[in-house]
Amino acid sequence: MPALLDPTSELQPAQREALPRPPSLSEKRVALLDISKPRGDVFLDHLEARLGEMGVDARRYIKPTFTRVAPADLKHQIASECDVAIEALAD
Amino acid sequence: MLGGVFQSTELATPRFAVCGDRVLESHASLAKDEIMIDIPKDFTGFIAVVKRDCSTCRLIEPAFRELKRGASLQIHSQDDPAFPETIDEVFDERRLELSYRLDIEIVPTLIQFQKGEETARLVGWRRKDWRRLTSLPMLGAGLPEFSPGCGSKSVEPGRREKLAFTFGDTPLQARRIDVASQQDEHELIFERGWSDGLPVVPPTEERVLRMLAGTTRPPAEVIGIIPPDHAPCTIEKVAINAVMAGCKPEYFPVVLAAVEAACLDEFCMHGVLATTYFAAPIVIVNGPIAEKIGMNSGHNVLGQGNRANSTIGRALQLVIRNVGGGKPGGVDRATLGQPGKVGFCFAEREHDSYWESLAVERGFSADQSTVTLFAGGGVHPFGDQKSRDPESLTRSLAMTLRTVYHGKIYGRTDALLVISPENMRVFRETGWTKARFRAALDQALTVDGTEVVAGAAGIDEGMPAQLARKRLSKFRPGGLLIAHAGSGAGMWSAVITGWAASGPRGSVPVTVAIKS
Repeated sequence: MPALLDPTSELQPAQREALPRPPSLSEKRVALLDISKPRGDVFLDHLEARLGEMGVDARRYIKPTFTRVAPADLKHQIASECDVAIEALAD
Repeated sequence: MLGGVFQSTELATPRFAVCGDRVLESHASLAKDEIMIDIPKDFTGFIAVVKRDCSTCRLIEPAFRELKRGASLQIHSQDDPAFPETIDEVFDERRLELSYRLDIEIVPTLIQFQKGEETARLVGWRRKDWRRLTSLPMLGAGLPEFSPGCGSKSVEPGRREKLAFTFGDTPLQARRIDVASQQDEHELIFERGWSDGLPVVPPTEERVLRMLAGTTRPPAEVIGIIPPDHAPCTIEKVAINAVMAGCKPEYFPVVLAAVEAACLDEFCMHGVLATTYFAAPIVIVNGPIAEKIGMNSGHNVLGQGNRANSTIGRALQLVIRNVGGGKPGGVDRATLGQPGKVGFCFAEREHDSYWESLAVERGFSADQSTVTLFAGGGVHPFGDQKSRDPESLTRSLAMTLRTVYHGKIYGRTDALLVISPENMRVFRETGWTKARFRAALDQALTVDGTEVVAGAAGIDEGMPAQLARKRLSKFRPGGLLIAHAGSGAGMWSAVITGWAASGPRGSVPVTVAIKS
């Protein structure tokens, strides 16, 4: 599907605002997003292990490169499969 | 072969110039539409654009052979690089870039260049013209005198917009919103709040470019400031919303005029939107454009079913929603609203009207195309199966008009009377002009204040007590609009109630000319 042209005045950001943080991760599906920066995987491996111990459903995702925004497909996949996302932002 | 940088210009000759080499950066003043095409710099000779699918192109193949022997000739084939078979070197033009850049509309087209500049152009085959241009007096000796060309593949429906998109000189500035491959674009549009609740046509770049072809106005032109956010609105933004509404490009000038009218201060679009009342901008189209774009002024004129009627009014409402930010529950505070708020647009039935049109009454000529905006509520039916003389019918219409807004509120609310052909027939047959009808109607709509002051008839609502001794008119001067519309059968007319705050303190109907 080709991109759509924004019909609005563009006074609002193109992306929707983040939802408020949930008070608990219980019953939540958590995306662990590696943005492809060095050692992001180490951090997320650790988080995944900790979340596993807590019985939280954690799933791993990876961006092709940290230099660009996530592809629309990846964002859509995460939004469809998870309730919460945790990104490993910096090395 | 050297590369040439071509600068597109207007249709006047020379159409463009070969003015550089492949190093684009060496041209500090390059405009956006300067492009690269594989034509030698300082090229002198002929360029022919052809396609196998064109019988004239096939017919004149011998002429191409003769011309190739006598002059420098490049042949660019739009559909088959193996055509013409008897020519050694044919350029593959299936991408249609050259055709797009050179504005080829017909094949065959023969263009003469001298030192990189176009000096002449022929379309189709007219032997004497080809002979004169090529200085080959015997060119095409065995061919007919004349054979018309065919349409260029670059101008097939929808193709030009695709080419504009492909070759990168799109004028569009709007933000691009990516759609994931697994995502449903219609759901994305609903989620983002761009829709009025009904499906819309996804506004892709290609569709928006096609819509913009409906006007000569530049996409970046700011057409007005849209309430309630006071957002500057460009022609491009209107085009995006017109695509979403389902408009065809030929409707676009009408949509633009409607948006311009809604931005006029006296129309007070902000108030029309923000009121708790039922009001919405109702678009009435007059003049030749209505028939030209297939608008309905007959059967079910105020209802569904005609694409132009249904989508033009909707496009205006989507502009207000999306560009202006006016949404129900936000600044749109309507208590109940009405179905016409999705979009309400119709054309006046002018071809057999006995009276001058709404637009003519409002100072425009009959051959001008115009848009009138009226801040109106819903449709109130009028039915009278017995009145056959104009006096009775006028008094009968007045009885319904008296109820506009409230039967005891006078001078506050405008109205639009849509009179049907069967009702108009009564006036035509008795020679009643519109002015005579208006005068009689005004008389029938004038009452003693005592009848309508607050408390009269046991109803608290009504006019202030100090008006009890006055004669009161139902409508302020200029507050009753009259248009002729509907099908030929049915003794019905329609009263469309104006906004409760009609007139200079609120909304005044506005009429603007439709520009190309």
